[in-house]
Amino acid sequence: MVSLESFGLVGDAGAVSTTTAPLAEVAASNSTLRAFLHGLPGVDRVGADARAAMLGTRSIKTTAKKQAIDLAIRMVDLTTLEGADTPGKVKAMCAKAVHPDPTDSSVPSVAAVCVYPDLVATAVQALGSSGVKVASVATAFPSGRSSLEVKVADTVLAVAAGAAEIDMVIDRGAFLAGDYLTVFEQIAAVKAACGSAHLKVILETGELSTYDNVRRASWLAMIAGADFIKTSTGKVSPAATLPVTLVMLEAVRDYLRTAGRKVGVKPAGGIRTTKDAIKYLVLVNETAGPDWLDPDWFRLGASSLLNDLLMQRQKMATGRYAGPDYFTLD
Amino acid sequence: MFEYAPAPESRDIVDIKPSYGLFINGEWVEPLGEGRDKTINPASEEVLAEVAVAGEADVDRAVQAARKAFTVWSAMPGSERAKYIFRIARIIQERARELAVLESLDNGKPIREARDVDLPLVAAHFFYYAGWADKLSHAGFGPSPQPLGVAGQVIPWNFPLLMLAWKIAPALACGNTVVLKPAETTPLTALAFAEICRQADLPPGVVNIVTGAGETGAALVRHPDVDKVAFTGSTEVGRMIARSVAGSRKKVTLELGGKAANIVFEDAALDQAVEGIVNGIFFNQGHVCCAGSRLLVQESVAEELLDALKRRLSTLRLGDPLDKNTDIGAINSAAQLAKIRELSEAGEAEGAERWSPTCPIPDKGFWFPPTVFTGVAQSHRIAREEIFGPVLSVLTFRTPAEAVEKANNTPYGLSAGVWTEKGSLMLWMASRLRAGVVWSNTFNKFDPTSPFGGYKESGYGREGGRHGLEAYLAV
Repeated sequence: MVSLESFGLVGDAGAVSTTTAPLAEVAASNSTLRAFLHGLPGVDRVGADARAAMLGTRSIKTTAKKQAIDLAIRMVDLTTLEGADTPGKVKAMCAKAVHPDPTDSSVPSVAAVCVYPDLVATAVQALGSSGVKVASVATAFPSGRSSLEVKVADTVLAVAAGAAEIDMVIDRGAFLAGDYLTVFEQIAAVKAACGSAHLKVILETGELSTYDNVRRASWLAMIAGADFIKTSTGKVSPAATLPVTLVMLEAVRDYLRTAGRKVGVKPAGGIRTTKDAIKYLVLVNETAGPDWLDPDWFRLGASSLLNDLLMQRQKMATGRYAGPDYFTLD
Repeated sequence: MFEYAPAPESRDIVDIKPSYGLFINGEWVEPLGEGRDKTINPASEEVLAEVAVAGEADVDRAVQAARKAFTVWSAMPGSERAKYIFRIARIIQERARELAVLESLDNGKPIREARDVDLPLVAAHFFYYAGWADKLSHAGFGPSPQPLGVAGQVIPWNFPLLMLAWKIAPALACGNTVVLKPAETTPLTALAFAEICRQADLPPGVVNIVTGAGETGAALVRHPDVDKVAFTGSTEVGRMIARSVAGSRKKVTLELGGKAANIVFEDAALDQAVEGIVNGIFFNQGHVCCAGSRLLVQESVAEELLDALKRRLSTLRLGDPLDKNTDIGAINSAAQLAKIRELSEAGEAEGAERWSPTCPIPDKGFWFPPTVFTGVAQSHRIAREEIFGPVLSVLTFRTPAEAVEKANNTPYGLSAGVWTEKGSLMLWMASRLRAGVVWSNTFNKFDPTSPFGGYKESGYGREGGRHGLEAYLAV
């Protein structure tokens, strides 16, 4: 176990794990964690796929569609996570996040922008008091293949620069090797490093492969103190899918009943159209329930989605589609 | 709250005539008698059309037409018959939306189910049996299996067009000709199918459709020139048919009632099991002969499962069958509604605990909310009798042996479902359940390649798959 004191953090990971979350006693050892996670009900892939597909056939029209589009805009974590990101690019994206459609002030702001740690300060400055939050990926994103010290330092850097939300990645290697305690301790340590910042834990479901793993990783993250569980980095295919999100929504629903704490869900990657976004909202509505239909409890990690939402919104208002050049590319 | 706005499927696509005759020898003809019946939309009680009631003489005309056509149709090479059946399948696909709307209007089922389940299966059934028409010598019934002759077919109202497909597709593929009587409450898609036969240039008399109620069906079944009787419906009527054809040369297949056990073990994938329970008993308002109407749940997970089930039932959307977001449509008829009410009241009177989610019921039409009875004993009527409605009876068990014992403790044996993540237990159960279909971690899944039929009082003979050919061949 790595000492966190060297990074100027209060307490240690052991103390953190006993104070962060209910059900922490299951993390007493790797074997108790394993027993708990493997004792969760299994997920039947065929059935989960069928349920998600059925909910995907819901027909959301007229007033419901209008409502859904605005809600989806308010849930977007507008994201840029590229090696080529620059302060200029981030500033432009922040302007878009605050006023997605400069010609229509009735369009709400998005929930947050999501950037790499070194660009957090730029984003914080650009967003000012707009109310749009700054989220930062951290912990050797996207692979998570580094030491705990580096992961914690990465987190500390982002928090110190003003990030209100941290999107960490789990150690998928450790998870797949059955070393659940390592994954737990890393999440708990990063949670401690977050301070008051919200922690989103990225499971990278495309690498976990089975829905049983998705359910176990969801519970593991929640027990370790996650405020949100997130599907993907966007760097691995498949990224977010409806059935994976369904399994995660079931997990947060059950966790609230079991542990009395509400956790949010964020599908990220591959959500590009309004139609897709609305399918996710239906999934939330009929799985975790309407209590989760709020940017505090559900986010959509996306970049190109926003313009499609704006285009559909304008179509609903005017009855016509404007060309893509009428929507800004930032 | 995220309220879904109404999303009705347009009914403009269907063209319902004010009145229909009988489809005999490729022509629309008026019945010889005065009999007329009305078919209504069970969701609104609006009259959709007036339909002929075929008398004994009309049935005779239809059987004669089928007999005459049999000479032509049975002599046609299988590859030629296949062309006609493939053509019918394609026309059904092309007109799927229209047929789905028509089915929903006449039956009361949600358009989502008519569109996503009934119609794809109908087309698939014709495609599947079209493929057999020129391969009958490879079906395992000898080098040159021969058709039976004229098939008299009587179908129920729960899946009107799908049951028609189950009956007509294998009959035609094997070289038989048919006289089919649809249910009196749901004749419209069968009459639309008659039009499709014309559109496909099917030789006159190969398919004849006679409408009417029980009397018409009885006339068809007892007609001396019918070689084969196929019936899907209640066990009570099935018994009458078996009596009426006893001692004759007629070959019979009966697909009757059921009281299927849906068995959930403690290690099941619970969220999917809940979906399977919902799909098992609330699909098509529970108007399904193989519905999972008895939930047998292992005591150790009973409470957790029932909580999850009730939570899930609260999200079911009951209402306008043509709304694309409707999950539970209308009960097909006033008579069926009365039967469901009567049995539900008996359930309460016998001491079971009744529960339904709060759900608004429309003012007009025939409706019954999704209903769950807990604390049900094997001796209760709601555990023994087929309700044929959205009513689930919940019983518990402690061991696999007890589950098998309770599941088999019924005069029926059409289907069963087993939910466990343990493969060996699944196989152990499947080999002991006396049911024609055992679904493993799913329920109400149908496929034209898979045989379907019952043990015990759920009937005899198989429909679907290679096995389904046997019912229409002289073997």
